[in-house]
Amino acid sequence: MNYRSNLEKCLSERQFAITAEIGPPKGSDAKKIRDKAEFLRGSADAFNITDNQTAVVRMSSFAGCVILLQMNMEPIMQMTCRDRNRIGLQSDVLGAAALGVRNILCLTGDHQSFGNHPAAKGVFDIDSIQLLQIIKNMQDAGIFQSGDPLLAGRPSVYLGAAANPYADPFEAQVDRLWKKIDVGAEFIQTQSIYNVEKFSRWMDDVRSQGLDKRVHILAGITPLKSVKMAERMKFHVPGTDVPDVVFQRMKNAIDPEKEGYAIALETIRELKLLSGIHGIHITALFWEEIIPVLVKDAGLTTRI
Amino acid sequence: MIITKQKNFDDLLRILENDPVFLIGCSECATLCHTGGKDEILAMKEALEKRKIPVSGYVVLDPACHLQNNKRMLKEYAKELENINKILVFSCGNGVQTIAELFTEKEVLTGTDTLFLGEISHVNEFKKRCTLCGECLLDLFGGLCPVSQCPKSMLNGPCGGSFQGLCEISPQVECVWDRIYQVLKKQGNLQTLSVIQKPKDWSKAGEMKRRI
Repeated sequence: MNYRSNLEKCLSERQFAITAEIGPPKGSDAKKIRDKAEFLRGSADAFNITDNQTAVVRMSSFAGCVILLQMNMEPIMQMTCRDRNRIGLQSDVLGAAALGVRNILCLTGDHQSFGNHPAAKGVFDIDSIQLLQIIKNMQDAGIFQSGDPLLAGRPSVYLGAAANPYADPFEAQVDRLWKKIDVGAEFIQTQSIYNVEKFSRWMDDVRSQGLDKRVHILAGITPLKSVKMAERMKFHVPGTDVPDVVFQRMKNAIDPEKEGYAIALETIRELKLLSGIHGIHITALFWEEIIPVLVKDAGLTTRI
Repeated sequence: MIITKQKNFDDLLRILENDPVFLIGCSECATLCHTGGKDEILAMKEALEKRKIPVSGYVVLDPACHLQNNKRMLKEYAKELENINKILVFSCGNGVQTIAELFTEKEVLTGTDTLFLGEISHVNEFKKRCTLCGECLLDLFGGLCPVSQCPKSMLNGPCGGSFQGLCEISPQVECVWDRIYQVLKKQGNLQTLSVIQKPKDWSKAGEMKRRI
């Protein structure tokens, strides 16, 4: 079997995959992202390079991915629909594929009002589902969104999307997952999970529709580093569910960092037991140095 | 209806620079959202005169966006308009431009900011309902428009950021997708949402002129 990426190979061969997020720097210093990547080498099967996450300007995901490729590491290029229209997005898909990017995660993107340029005009020409469909068609049918043919090479990329098991309205989120799979998503990375019970109910829904057979789901993990972070996740980050019991554990802890780490480890262990979960996606906000330890302690292995 | 709000009074004073001015309002939208009806024009006249800015006259056009009708109505005010250089208009941006076409030798100034096309929900409360996209998709979404009401104009379902039916952008805004689900559920039509909506044809929003 000819796999497009290492991530595709891991997931297709039913190995429990690990992906980890790397946020590019707020500046042009390539060393910054190289150092982060070097530190995480071997800790994940592929690395998500974020696309101006929370609408804060950073080095582009495209450039970050190329830097990782130069280091012989595998990036997942995140693409949001906030800053580019269908022309810009398709052009970057071609460019990234030409330079060796083999995984793309399609997102609609955080609204510009959350970032450091709230006066910006958001594009939102298309949404994540339409972006998936467009890239799928470029790849399989050799056509652009307009129907115009690609003339010199089709991009060969493993396509991913995000899912939020905690979002309102609940039924809409399974609908959206189904749509994402239908238009071409091959792997799914979920929102950070703190409420395993509610997540497992969502997975019941996912399994009952057979969706876990059609896509590889990687469950999101974001270790809580402080009480302040737990507060932010619980009260201010849209679509995140930090249950009271987890929040209390953080608040009562003598060493919140240690407690947050313990919670993350327990969550991974519980998630590994859930049927239909094929991997873990780690987003360690301002705490990337924890990833190698967490992966090791959770008994996860990578195949690089 | 086109919803406007009056610009800050101090900013208006700055652009007027104490010069005499003629005031124009509009009988339609600007009257209904209390930015350029007769009452507001008279109040503005009084406020300007208090600041010693001479107001040579005023008219509430019916409506300000009607070029030929404006010509007719403004004929009566030739005298008031003769010796002034500034006309301050309280209508939507369309009305201002239609008036500016008639007075190329004068400064036509805008007294409002034009916000959106929306409904009067309650007295003095207005909500955005349309972005004039050129291709109406309302029938697909239970009569609710995600193009204008969702800050990301999402056509394939909610972004996942809403909380208890309110948009993540602002608790002042209801999540239109939440309401679309409620309405279609009530109608037993939820299956219509399983259709994957293709990228929108924005060229339809690019119409610049229409003649019938």
